[in-house]
Amino acid sequence: MAAVAIQGLGHPRKRVEDARFIRGKGNYIDDMKLPGMLQVDIVRSPYAHAKIKAIRTDKALAVPGVLAVITGETLKQYNVHNMPTLMSDTQMVLPLDTVKYQFQEVAAVLGTDRYTAADGVAAVEVDYEPLPVVVDPFKALEPGAPKVRDDKESNHIWHWEWGDRAAADKAFDAAEVTVKENIYIPRIHVASIETCGCVAQWNATEGHLTLYMTTQAPHAIRTVVALITGHLGLSEEKIRIVSPDIGGGFGGKVPAYPGYVIAVALSIVTGAPVKWIEDRTENMAADSFGRDYHISAELAGKKDGTLTALRFKTIADHGYTDAAANPSKMPAGLFHIATGSYDFKNAFVEVDGVYTNKPPGGIAYRCSFRVTEAVHTIERMADLMAHEVGLDPADFRMKNFIKPEQFPYKSALGWEYDSGNYAGALQKAMDMVGYKELRKEQAEKRKRGEFMGIGISSFTEIVGAGPSKDFDILGLKMFDSCEIRVHPTGKAIARFGTKSQGQGHETTYAQILAEELGIPADHIKIEEGDTDTAPYGLGTYASRSTPTAGAAAAMAARKVRAKAKKIAAHLLEAAEEDLQWEQGKFFVKGSPDRAKTIQEIAFAAYTNHPQGMEAGLEAVSYYDPPNLTFPFGSYICVVDIDRGTGEVKVRRFVAVDDCGVRINPMIVEGQIHGGLAMGFAPALMEEISYDENGNIHGSNFTDYLLPTAVETPKWETGETVTPSPHHPIGAKGVGESATVGAPAAIANAVVDALWHLGVRHVDIPITPPKVWALLKEHGAALEE
Amino acid sequence: MDKTELPWNNPVVEANASAPAARLGQYAQPPLRNFGSIDPYNRISREAKDMIPPPFEYQAPTSVSEALALLGKNPEAKVLAGGQSLIPLMRFRLASPAMLVDLNRIGDLAYIKEGEGWLRIGAMTRESDLDQSDLIAKKYPLLADTTHVVADPLVRNLSTLGGNLAHADPANDHPATMIAYRAQIVATGPKGERTIPASEFFKGPFETALAPNELLTEIRIPAPGKGSGGAYVKMERKVGDFATAAVAVQVSLAKDGTLERVGIALTNVGLVPIQASAAEKALTGKKPDDAVLRQAADLAAKAAKPESDARGSEEYKRALVKTLTVRALRKAVARAQGG
Amino acid sequence: MSTHHIQVKVNGAVKAAEVESRLLLVHFLRESLNLTGTHIGCDTTSCGACTVLWNGRAVKSCTLFAVQADGAELRTVEGLAQDGKLHPIQVGFHEKHGLQCGFCTPGMMMASVALLEANPKPTEDEIRWGLSGNLCRCTGYVNIVKAVQQAAEQMQG
Repeated sequence: MAAVAIQGLGHPRKRVEDARFIRGKGNYIDDMKLPGMLQVDIVRSPYAHAKIKAIRTDKALAVPGVLAVITGETLKQYNVHNMPTLMSDTQMVLPLDTVKYQFQEVAAVLGTDRYTAADGVAAVEVDYEPLPVVVDPFKALEPGAPKVRDDKESNHIWHWEWGDRAAADKAFDAAEVTVKENIYIPRIHVASIETCGCVAQWNATEGHLTLYMTTQAPHAIRTVVALITGHLGLSEEKIRIVSPDIGGGFGGKVPAYPGYVIAVALSIVTGAPVKWIEDRTENMAADSFGRDYHISAELAGKKDGTLTALRFKTIADHGYTDAAANPSKMPAGLFHIATGSYDFKNAFVEVDGVYTNKPPGGIAYRCSFRVTEAVHTIERMADLMAHEVGLDPADFRMKNFIKPEQFPYKSALGWEYDSGNYAGALQKAMDMVGYKELRKEQAEKRKRGEFMGIGISSFTEIVGAGPSKDFDILGLKMFDSCEIRVHPTGKAIARFGTKSQGQGHETTYAQILAEELGIPADHIKIEEGDTDTAPYGLGTYASRSTPTAGAAAAMAARKVRAKAKKIAAHLLEAAEEDLQWEQGKFFVKGSPDRAKTIQEIAFAAYTNHPQGMEAGLEAVSYYDPPNLTFPFGSYICVVDIDRGTGEVKVRRFVAVDDCGVRINPMIVEGQIHGGLAMGFAPALMEEISYDENGNIHGSNFTDYLLPTAVETPKWETGETVTPSPHHPIGAKGVGESATVGAPAAIANAVVDALWHLGVRHVDIPITPPKVWALLKEHGAALEE
Repeated sequence: MDKTELPWNNPVVEANASAPAARLGQYAQPPLRNFGSIDPYNRISREAKDMIPPPFEYQAPTSVSEALALLGKNPEAKVLAGGQSLIPLMRFRLASPAMLVDLNRIGDLAYIKEGEGWLRIGAMTRESDLDQSDLIAKKYPLLADTTHVVADPLVRNLSTLGGNLAHADPANDHPATMIAYRAQIVATGPKGERTIPASEFFKGPFETALAPNELLTEIRIPAPGKGSGGAYVKMERKVGDFATAAVAVQVSLAKDGTLERVGIALTNVGLVPIQASAAEKALTGKKPDDAVLRQAADLAAKAAKPESDARGSEEYKRALVKTLTVRALRKAVARAQGG
Repeated sequence: MSTHHIQVKVNGAVKAAEVESRLLLVHFLRESLNLTGTHIGCDTTSCGACTVLWNGRAVKSCTLFAVQADGAELRTVEGLAQDGKLHPIQVGFHEKHGLQCGFCTPGMMMASVALLEANPKPTEDEIRWGLSGNLCRCTGYVNIVKAVQQAAEQMQG
């Protein structure tokens, strides 16, 4: 029999999970069907702010198959009409008397199937008295603005600042050159193709709840559910959360939404399994959004282009409640990565959170807690400063980059960057794209009246949250976990506290274990998502799976190996210190023939283990990362502008990424492709906006523009590898880098194309009408 | 399960039940033939929310006469062609017809035939069949351009030319094309057939010259002579989107190279497709040099009646009409000169 | 409310059922026939997650009533593999890493199969255009294109 390949680190192993997905045998939430299962559908508010005067349910209850209509008053009897958000604010599950944003939950209808539930929703009559609406966070802060929250002093939620304000101010006062720009990073939505949903199954006999739900963080959700419902006797051991296959997460499936709580409540009262599945409109209009940061940014520097100081002041629109998914101590997430790839001596950032009559949230859009907001701003500002001092944006970046020999590098905002070679990545991207030739072409085209632009983004990310001293969510430290059991025949199962939503954990975690243990990846089964079986962990988001659970895999495997060594010593009748490890076996130093394979050792662990040693070959690791990881890269985008229509066409897009050691290059490349598409989309197409009455624009896929294969550029990718010095296998995490880095490259390219006209900035999404208006303003629109 | 078993079924909030419903048309069901109240540019009413269509009667006649009889007897019935606009509206409960009369089982309504000076297309001919027709690709470039950019390839596998016209969404692509072609629309009613010029067919947003008891059965496009060409140029935000603006142009050249016949019509820059008559007139008899084309495009832009919305400002769309008209004219003329 | 008796051939097997006229084809497939490989991703005929082959044409099954399918021949993702052997498009998606979360994948593969049956040697632009009725949020489309190209080659023999 041919030996089964190990398929360890660096192997482009084909994905294990594909087997079910390509056959249509995935197990997504809406595929679940339990005997006697009922369906809940939700009545939602047409108003962004209104008093509920009456809810009439008689017609709905008369619909055949409709079993119940519940409201906030119903839930109040059980004190579950409100729930805490991840930022310890309060969110209504169902309202008692007022609604605070359009499409907010108003009542819930339970039916025998989704058709009858929908008919019931259509038959519920609600009388509203509209109240004044505030959608603009700046207006919300003005005196006399309509108050969004009756239980709060004002619409101002919190102020947060970081860095040395006085030192930054001093550096600005002394600066030879300063640049300033107002940058809005609009509200967007992750819009995973699968919406959110759950099936709540209450077992009245045992007093046990199983909640199958679309969650990226099943363990944390279990604890949250126990905290919300503990007073009803639903304690944590009686709750099992199962996260089945998830059709895309991107941060949108981190929070707990009212629909989950409603389904649980209805299951407990009826004793029947209850399914709740969002439709697309509900998903877009009521679930957590990303971004919505209004940033006033300033940079200071010397005439030669040396950067000296940074000041960013931000208004963060959180909607009606602060339901952001951030580490508890960081209300603006990791926005203080704002100094980016540059060696700033002085920096100061401040953010003010504001309530408005919009859906709550502030989750990441495929990004590690506000990193995109920071990166977009610093990369736009870097271009402004480069142009201001008359340097090519590439030369300007090379001049200001943190140098390889400065790592580990302590940033002015307090982070310790683990490793980097920023100039190396940018140079590689410039070589790949043919930067010099493009600049020549641009100059020639400009003479002919054709506008092309070249944009660079040299981003530094911060992922892998995070070290327990600073990082927790609702007090839960942000470690993650791996538990491995090696079976007597040398095969293994490993379980993790994370939850894949397409990242391919079943494939890549096995590769880490294979590398460490020498057991072929094909012989290692990976499981996640069931809180009854998997070890506790904080879940998959913020590019944290590889930095935390991936590290836990290596650490757990090393514990297994330590025990295996003892068993091998026993089997080989040698001293432990005389044994040497070579992938898959221990041998006696100097006598390579005297060896025991990991499979032989595993068998012995159950059949012939040393006296005094416990049987079995298992280990668990709860990995508390010593630091975050700092993936980086340089992207170069080339655009052509249609002066007649304002259309921006991305002609080339080169992405050089450095995410440290690549576990599976095929999957890493796939993550970068997808991340780029989700960087391209908000740069040119996606936005959720509201009119002055709080009516949403962008609540479905006819208005919220997800790019198709036609609009999406043909990505060109490259890599450099700078391992993380503190991660057990040197990996950094990669799922979100491209989404973080790409928008600035595109925006910089567009501004670069129009710079000679006097254009200095354009907010994303850079739509044809926006570009045309700029062309028109500067006398360059072509009406053919 | 009996609903009386549930503790929550006691009325929960019953205050002021007699007050008039202050709700918006959240789940209102506007009559199908009156879509004027729905902002056609926002596509879907912002308040709508419900993805399950309401109940309805379904009939699938196998002949036109049977279909007409059903429509005659059921004034609340709505015709189901490709369904790619109607079914989404029903899912949002913006349309709730009491009955659907499905034309998909009428075998003889799908055809593409040329003869006696006309291209005749059966109303139930699907976009993808137009897209794959060699005859249309060769001789009817304006129609080929148009059908290629209606919605997306999967929608085109079901959506029909007749449905696209009869739905009369001002954002639909074929109405302008048919006006530019000087096409005739055949309506069949209890008393037989009548033909309606495309320019007189569109009465308002989602409103046509069809009587409730008539069916659109055929579209007739004048067969272009030698020296003819056309083009449809559409600005859309992504594949599958409705036009921000689009321009349909059909021209034929005289032997001396001057423009003999010119049809120009505009998509989604007004409540109905707009025939740019002044532009057509300005071009007729002229040599199609660039200055003349630009002048005509100016007139087309003046004829547009766009409104500001998420797709762009009124000013932008008007400028876009000018740009797209010039581009469509250039393309149409080049094709006419080549063929 | 009216109900109708329908008979459809799904992946080669004849299925008969009594359906309400408003039942969408996608719900008929998923809930009546338990063919849950066909997914639902939007309400507006935009995403293509529900794509199936209807008499050989790729259509969005959320925008057809089940009653309209009476007498039709339908193919879903569950019918791609024959006698335990994967269809070349399934092999292509697996080998070229054309899927991540897997949710759009069945619809994407069905649209690809129809595309390749109509156009056995598509160019890259034809593939991108042909799949423009299907949205993917994970892959950035590059590897989907490669998957279709590999399947095209394999189907040529």
